[in-house]
Amino acid sequence: MFRPIAEAKASDGTRVAPVGFTFDGRAMTARAGDTVAAALLANGVQACRQTPVSGAPRGPYCMMGVCFECLVVIDGIGNRQGCLVPLRDGMRIQTQAGRRQPDEVQS
Amino acid sequence: MKTIAEIGLLAEQYDIAIVGAGPAGLSAAARAAELGLSVLLADENPAPGGQIYRAITTTPVTDRSVLGEDYWKGGALIARLERTDAVYAPGCTVWSVAPDEAGGFELGLSLGGQARLVAARQIILATGAQERPFPIPGWTLPGVMTAGAAQIVLKSSGLVPGGRTVIAGCGPLLYLLAGQLAAAGANIVAVLDTTPRRNWLAAIAAFPDFLRSPYLAKGLKLMTQARGKLPFRTGVTSLAAEGTDTVTGVKVTRGGATETIACDALLLHQGVIPGINLSNAAGCAQAFDAVQRCWTPTVDDWFASSIPGIAIAGDGAGIGGAESAALRGEIAALDAARRLGRLSEAERDEKAAPTRAGLARSLRGRRFLDLLYRPAEAFLAPPADETIVCRCEEVTAGQIRDTASRLGVTGPNQMKAFLRCGMGPCQGRLCGPTVVELIAQVHGVSPAETGYYRLRPPVKPITLGELAALPPTEFAVKAVVR
Ligand code: FES
Repeated sequence: MFRPIAEAKASDGTRVAPVGFTFDGRAMTARAGDTVAAALLANGVQACRQTPVSGAPRGPYCMMGVCFECLVVIDGIGNRQGCLVPLRDGMRIQTQAGRRQPDEVQS
Repeated sequence: MKTIAEIGLLAEQYDIAIVGAGPAGLSAAARAAELGLSVLLADENPAPGGQIYRAITTTPVTDRSVLGEDYWKGGALIARLERTDAVYAPGCTVWSVAPDEAGGFELGLSLGGQARLVAARQIILATGAQERPFPIPGWTLPGVMTAGAAQIVLKSSGLVPGGRTVIAGCGPLLYLLAGQLAAAGANIVAVLDTTPRRNWLAAIAAFPDFLRSPYLAKGLKLMTQARGKLPFRTGVTSLAAEGTDTVTGVKVTRGGATETIACDALLLHQGVIPGINLSNAAGCAQAFDAVQRCWTPTVDDWFASSIPGIAIAGDGAGIGGAESAALRGEIAALDAARRLGRLSEAERDEKAAPTRAGLARSLRGRRFLDLLYRPAEAFLAPPADETIVCRCEEVTAGQIRDTASRLGVTGPNQMKAFLRCGMGPCQGRLCGPTVVELIAQVHGVSPAETGYYRLRPPVKPITLGELAALPPTEFAVKAVVR
């Protein structure tokens, strides 16, 4: 769980309208300019994927593109590194759930 | 500076391609462009600055005292680049660097979901550093992050951990990060210092040099400030994160006694090491640095790698910090300009002289820090068998030790074949150093003898769709048509 520091709220609150997106269908908002991973952290989302090996929950670990723990599905495309993708209005973000099953794969 | 948002807008060829827009990449790009060379600066982050000057142009943190004066110095690097004609491509991943038929290089790039091959006559890799893996039981629990990750979130989004926060580990950055987070209003309930006490013995010989270094004043200030205000606990010898779906506490051993500290966030830091994936995959020679305890590409005085035409500047070629990274970028760019015939050797040397002097100054005292903050063995090679080492494939320290001893596996590449460690999407970035330490420990040899993963492009996963959409080169067509 992360929260904005006072300074950010005071100076930016009026200037930049928040960005709306969904995570697993839940409506959320975050600061324009956040990455997807930061936006999730700001909304109290700790885990964003389950591992393909044991299904254990994982959340962003490095925030700089090296650990691949922040993988999520964005607008239907899986394996996206949330900490490198800038948040856009209306993004549909989903938990990347474990191993992919063959019958889910389309054409 | 020209910012490119679409991969199609890149030119076919550049004189110099620079990978990474941190201090080294920014100053290399500026210097090369000032010399009239065509420059591509590719960086996978959304904004320039690298990690140390992360989000310097966009940060919502307005109170300058929170991040400290050193952070704001990054603005000058970007202002300098902005005055040049360099092409800057943010959000652009470089997944391969390979020689081309013309004696230059071919870069595999990916931007906005599209891949492209671009040629460059000279390459400067400025891929920077990453935090050293710090495997403890439970470090894969959500809520456990690197301390650097929390700093990135603070710089780029103005966010701090909301609940009880514990910071654990070793190194000067640990104090800086703790201080910044505290200044930003985080509730830091403990700073757990794992610096081995005996490190002082090794470091003391380098102390006189440190006394004359620019680090001294800064370092002492950081340390006393942090220690005075924060709940410090030194002499920590063992750590374990606890919790089921998310971290709820950390088990700490110091002086033989064990206690659990409840927390909502656990931030780990054990120093930084060069990010070597791209240079390793490009085939640049590397060696084990026994002082900094990490694999480091081999470079000469001009930061040229073992492959002519590829230079490695900044922390990606050995940890020296932001200031020295910028100076090293500059020196690498001057040499690249010499290779391209833009400068004579004498001109290059003359231009580099003041920068070299600055570099020597900025590195003075470094050895003391390296020796003092060398991680304890227990954090380099985790003693608890259940500790996950390879986070992607969930391979544990116990499995690695067992495979090394019972099956006689002597190196990380063989270990990869047996256990799949290093085969997940992070491509060994989070397990490589630990796998090497564990194998070396089991066989009683040095990591230098153990070797490192042999990495291959693409160094970042790219989709088959992106690859398939690449226009076929003549060479590729010939390879399949008989
Ligand atoms: S959090 Fe590590 S790659 Fe995104």
